[in-house]
Amino acid sequence: MTATGLSALWSHWRRNPLQLFTLVAGLALATALWSGVQAVNAEARASYDAAAATLGEGQYDQLLPAVGSDIAQETFIALRRAGWLVGPVVEGQIGPAGTQVRLVGIDPLTAPGGLGPVGGGSMDLPQFLSEQPVFANAATAAKLEGLIDAPLVIEPTIAPDTAITDIFVAQRLLGAQGRLNRLILAPEQPVGRPALENIAPDLTRRAAQGGSDVGRLTDSFHLNLTAFGLLSFAVGIFIVHGAIGLAFEQRRAMVRTLRALGMPLRRLIVLMASELLVLALIGGVLGVSLGYIVAATLLPDVAATLKGLYGAQVSGALQLRPAWWLSGLAISVLGTAIAATGALISVARMPLLASAQPRAWATYRARVRQIQMAVSVALLATALILVLVGEGLVMGFGLLACLLIGAALALPLVLDGMLWLASVRARSVVAQWFWADTRQQLPGLSLALMALLLAMAANVGVSTMVSSFRLTFTGFLDQRLASEIYVSAQSVQQARALEAFAAPLTSEVLPLLSVEATLAGLPAELYGARIGATYRDNWGLLAAAPNVWDSVAAGDALLVNEQLARRAGLWVGDDLRIGPQTVLPIAGVFGDYGNPIGQAIVSEPLFSTLHPQVTALRFGLRTDDAEALRNALTDDFGLPAGNITDQAQIKAFSLAVFERTFTVTAALNVLTLSVAGFAIFMSLLTLAGMRLPQLAPAWALGMTRRRLGQLELMRAVVLAVLTTACALPLGLALAWVLLAVVNVEAFGWRLPMYVFPRDYAVLGLFALAAALLAAAWPARRLARTPPADLLKVFANER
Amino acid sequence: MLLHVKHLKKSYSGAEGSVPVLRGIDMEVAAGETLALTGESGSGKSTLLHLIGGLDTADSGLIELDGQDITAMDDTQRAAVRRTRIGIIFQQFNLIPSLDIAANIAFQARLAGTYDVGSTDDLAKALGLATHLRKYPEQLSGGQQQRVAIARALAARPQLILADEPTGNLDESTAADVMSQMLALVAQTGAALIMVTHSPRLAGQMGRHLHLRQGLLA
Repeated sequence: MTATGLSALWSHWRRNPLQLFTLVAGLALATALWSGVQAVNAEARASYDAAAATLGEGQYDQLLPAVGSDIAQETFIALRRAGWLVGPVVEGQIGPAGTQVRLVGIDPLTAPGGLGPVGGGSMDLPQFLSEQPVFANAATAAKLEGLIDAPLVIEPTIAPDTAITDIFVAQRLLGAQGRLNRLILAPEQPVGRPALENIAPDLTRRAAQGGSDVGRLTDSFHLNLTAFGLLSFAVGIFIVHGAIGLAFEQRRAMVRTLRALGMPLRRLIVLMASELLVLALIGGVLGVSLGYIVAATLLPDVAATLKGLYGAQVSGALQLRPAWWLSGLAISVLGTAIAATGALISVARMPLLASAQPRAWATYRARVRQIQMAVSVALLATALILVLVGEGLVMGFGLLACLLIGAALALPLVLDGMLWLASVRARSVVAQWFWADTRQQLPGLSLALMALLLAMAANVGVSTMVSSFRLTFTGFLDQRLASEIYVSAQSVQQARALEAFAAPLTSEVLPLLSVEATLAGLPAELYGARIGATYRDNWGLLAAAPNVWDSVAAGDALLVNEQLARRAGLWVGDDLRIGPQTVLPIAGVFGDYGNPIGQAIVSEPLFSTLHPQVTALRFGLRTDDAEALRNALTDDFGLPAGNITDQAQIKAFSLAVFERTFTVTAALNVLTLSVAGFAIFMSLLTLAGMRLPQLAPAWALGMTRRRLGQLELMRAVVLAVLTTACALPLGLALAWVLLAVVNVEAFGWRLPMYVFPRDYAVLGLFALAAALLAAAWPARRLARTPPADLLKVFANER
Repeated sequence: MLLHVKHLKKSYSGAEGSVPVLRGIDMEVAAGETLALTGESGSGKSTLLHLIGGLDTADSGLIELDGQDITAMDDTQRAAVRRTRIGIIFQQFNLIPSLDIAANIAFQARLAGTYDVGSTDDLAKALGLATHLRKYPEQLSGGQQQRVAIARALAARPQLILADEPTGNLDESTAADVMSQMLALVAQTGAALIMVTHSPRLAGQMGRHLHLRQGLLA
């Protein structure tokens, strides 16, 4: 009985290959976009974990310098003699710009167990000490080839662009003899050892963390990617839902017959669910394969983005990880289950004799429509409540989900209202028929239109966010990179000479002074600024007290960036401690886009008082003739050309980093819109085969097949236009949520929102073109339907 | 006695409350007997057929098929009875459109586990379907489709055949052909046949004739 039932169910797909293709393709596309994004995330996370495992980050407590980045080797020796079990680490960049490698030096004798590849790794301790090799993965080793004189050993588990070696080798290669960057604390420390303050008062202890710093920092980025993956998946699932709904609708009569002939309902439901499971797995396998291609294409851009934004090293190559492809298959099955549950329940609940009666289904549909309306209103109301009272990143994404799903569910009802309005205003009989017929088509097309709505709203929302970001970022670069020339000195002496040389040739010399600090309990940077015309004229502030620059210049107040202000809950007028004895009021808050950590700015004299050991080695120079100044610096002062950077170069580099940040989202945007276009095409194509009973009477009453085809085309355009009209406000709402809610929660800054009507018009034209293309083939098929097929509609004996 | 129906009642809920359709039916059908059920629209003849076939459930009363009470069975048990002991012929044919004619004829027999390729071929030949076995239902005329439905019902070798206006969608000449073929084949199998019809002429071809009026046997 099972085999017979299955053969009957499968025969439907054999006779309707287009429907089968829609279902499997929808599943494959949905799974591909989801698993592609997941593959990128998994690869990035694996890279972070490799970095954490290699360097011990996050696993152990660490001692760091309270100010600056260096620890004297004597401090380490003093701590060891006092009984502290600490291991020294030195690190720095090596190699030419663009292909630099992070070289980390550790001491295997004192490093806590499990740190680095020594001992438990590929080499034992005596060998390591005698050969003093440098460990790196194959790609990194290739970069170091010829660059260093130490032997290279390939160790695949080491993070990308990172090399590990003995501390003395690293100090020699980095030119950092006698200097350390941090000390790693063994988990077990002797009882009764002297307090840290007594031996090394300049060091602070940082507690072990659950995950790596980089992983934490980039979580928001991956969350954004995941949200896009989910959105794309949702668009795909709309296709699947449509295909399954249509298949079940067409098989209602078969279901009734099967039950009437003695197939038990339970067995039938199990068979239908099994059939869908098989299809889900086929779609899932195809989707995971496609996802691999998507991920392999996107990964280099993601790696570049993460490196540019956060300095995180991510491998540009993709590996097949079981957790990833298994989750791809699981999401395919889950998506099918979501899409099919309603259809299966409706089959299970319909009385045997009513299951094929249109009236019963019409009643059922009316109820579904009411439920859909109620869910839509509830979701939109939840979104409103979240806007008013919600907090946190998860809330931000919850808000997005409520808004998008609520709006998608409302779409068919809104469109129905619009079409009803058009039908009551129609004068000619053809127009009346057209609008009434379009309303009748709405249920069959609504899922595809919902997919289009989501894809277009995502497109409008994300393009608004990116363009707003671009506009703000360009203005921000003009503000922050006001100096025409940036120079760096190689020593303190040279810096002083350089400043004296440049002063008479420039309108302003702006030293770049900074130290790492903990402000309001958060990791941050403290800058010292020479307040002059450049700051007063170029820096726009998000919020400021009266006479802000005068009070900062006088050392009576400070500025903070938006990230620090929002994270610490501070604003203009609040006090901030920047030194043991120094607490200043905040006079202004400045935008600091792209910076992941907090920042405060005080006047140069105050900075020098607080940190007398810090001397500026880099300067911004203001001039009207950048070329002449550059020549003077190289020819007269003798500064190497490599120590001079002009503003245009830095801006170009910064903009390039920024552009790459959004390459991934732009690619996902295009893919999502393509999936929606596919959904419309398949829906129209499928519906075209069921249209004859509705179109035959119009044909019989005198409308030509050509005219009917034209009207079909027009119908697609009308529906696309109406959906676009709904997608625009939804997209703008999405952009607002991304800029004003998600961005603030994820990155700590809020971006001003701009609108770009021209971009939206272009997107609308694309949507129309997609709808026209999608409708062209079905309309052409309809226009060429043989009269004999139309006549069959009227025949009693078919 | 193959079928025994006692005090059978059924009502449907409508806009004006409960509407009784069957108000106490008592009837018996012997093995091999042919019975016509006639009556005006809404008299309850199709409802009676559906209850006997286990497609619907009664409010009260008893339906015994070969000694087994159908009204006491759950959905799965009723499905088993339909599969193995009853053949149903619908007015709308209800063939499976995605299966070819051969598969449609064999379908119920395969569900019931009584499929026999020889007897299925014989049925196809007897009903003039031998040259259409690889076609699909949409490629056949109404009369041919109803012959397929008859062959499907008979191929499972049921004890009881229920036919709900089997010629209602056919022209008079085709209806007569289909009817005579059906009766001849039913007679060969020894199954009992209950047929709902509006046609007094077709009812006259059956062994016995019951008339329903307002939910009661007249």
